Amino acid sequence: MKAPIYLDYAATTPVDPRVAQKMSECLMAEGNFGNPASRSHKFGWEAEEAVEIARRQVADLINADPREIVWTSGATESDNLAIKGVAQFYQSKGKHIITSKIEHKAVLDTCRHLERDGFEVTYLDPGEDGFISPEKLEAAIREDTTIVSLMHVNNEIGVVNDIKALGEVCRAHKVFFHVDAAQSAGKIDIDVEDMKVDLMSFSAHKIYGPKGMGALFVRRKPRVRLEAQMHGGGHERGMRSGTLATHQIVGMGEAFRISKEEMHEETKRIESLRKRLWDGLSDMEEVYINGSLDHRIPGIFNVSFNFVEGESLIMSLSDLAISSGSACTSASLEPSYVLRALGRNDELAHSSLRFSVGRFTTEQDIDTAIEKIRGAVAKLRELSPLWDMYKDGVDISSIEWAAH
Amino acid sequence: MAYSDKVLDHYDNPRNVGKMDADDEHVGTGMVGAPACGDVMRLQIKVNDDGIIEDAKFKTYGCGSAIASSSLLTEWVKGRTLDEAGSIKNTQIAEELALPPVKIHCSVLAEDAIKAAIKDFRAKHGEGVAEAAAAE
Repeated sequence: MKAPIYLDYAATTPVDPRVAQKMSECLMAEGNFGNPASRSHKFGWEAEEAVEIARRQVADLINADPREIVWTSGATESDNLAIKGVAQFYQSKGKHIITSKIEHKAVLDTCRHLERDGFEVTYLDPGEDGFISPEKLEAAIREDTTIVSLMHVNNEIGVVNDIKALGEVCRAHKVFFHVDAAQSAGKIDIDVEDMKVDLMSFSAHKIYGPKGMGALFVRRKPRVRLEAQMHGGGHERGMRSGTLATHQIVGMGEAFRISKEEMHEETKRIESLRKRLWDGLSDMEEVYINGSLDHRIPGIFNVSFNFVEGESLIMSLSDLAISSGSACTSASLEPSYVLRALGRNDELAHSSLRFSVGRFTTEQDIDTAIEKIRGAVAKLRELSPLWDMYKDGVDISSIEWAAH
Repeated sequence: MAYSDKVLDHYDNPRNVGKMDADDEHVGTGMVGAPACGDVMRLQIKVNDDGIIEDAKFKTYGCGSAIASSSLLTEWVKGRTLDEAGSIKNTQIAEELALPPVKIHCSVLAEDAIKAAIKDFRAKHGEGVAEAAAAE
């Protein structure tokens, strides 16, 4: 069987061959396999040097000091460490947290956990374009708010928040600002100084690095303190114990180095692929882009094909590796919470697909995808009673459906 | 999710897709489900003067299992009396298609659809008219 065309780069990316090469040099006896924490011999010193080079490579992409980078196992752990760590450390100051309804589950579930521990959380509503407005944020900040956590780029719809404006609100109110940048690092410019971010989560595998590797930026001035979530040997200045995985760290560093060098060229290419995809679909009836068209990263593209159900669409697109914006493939049968929060109606939320393109996507891939999508949508609309009703001029929202 | 071969077969080659004139006195229409839940099924039956289902058509908005459940049902009801068709159970559909537990609701919806179509037909004719006609 021919492998499907991979259009799910927002879920994960293949490791860049240059990254894999660097990683493989840090594993075996003849390579750089030492424990970076070993201070008494050359093996340890060389591993430590490799780790520190990588730390600088990550810091360089976001205009941070290398001493502000803490290695973690991924963006999920970084989100946990940032939010729980700050909330717990500063709880004598207050127990209020602000986030939004369209955050990644790593943030939402961490907040839910803290609610069970007696913290109070405000979940901001996004606008219908998917943005969190600085005014809404400002209105939600209270005397006892200690941390705000908002994402840079939404993983389902690709919309980019105005982090600088949100950061200024937080700084003015002396509230710590955490940003999940798993989907934005290496895709758009990040400057933690200019954006006034205090904590920022990163993942390696979203930008052609290895899975199981991430980092948390923790600002030194003004200093952010946090309660460690992983206790042990006091690695990473006590914020995250555990032997450093040299090969993983070196891989993340190389991935970030490559991104810094190639990001602008790559963005142009991906932008043209996205345009090609939309040009191939936009003349179809009842097709909608979810989220703002203007403020988005080009790699993530979320489209609703009205009157067609997302799971069956994915089923008939088995030659394409894509994901349903809706969580229908899970047992919950709930449409996407992100699209619902944007105010999309249920039909459109159930009808969405997320396409995400990346470094190894070709124009041929896009052309094949367009052809397959058009065919599948036409076939499923032939099968859809809702499409019939739409064609007959029946207003579907006027019908009283029996929920089941 | 892995679909059974039978689900895939009905999904790739759905049987009896179509629409009948809902105002035709020989036609009964059942529409069940809701867009908000991600499933809407429309099942139509054409009943002859002997009270036998001559033809059945469906259209379904929903996942592959929902499409397969309604496609299978149209095959099963053809040639049956209304009472026979009305006694088809969702468990038979689920078993035939080897539906996983999270997809059982698709077979329930199909059972609801045929019941609704029969009810619609009977309402058009007054309860038991088809049976009476068949007895003449």
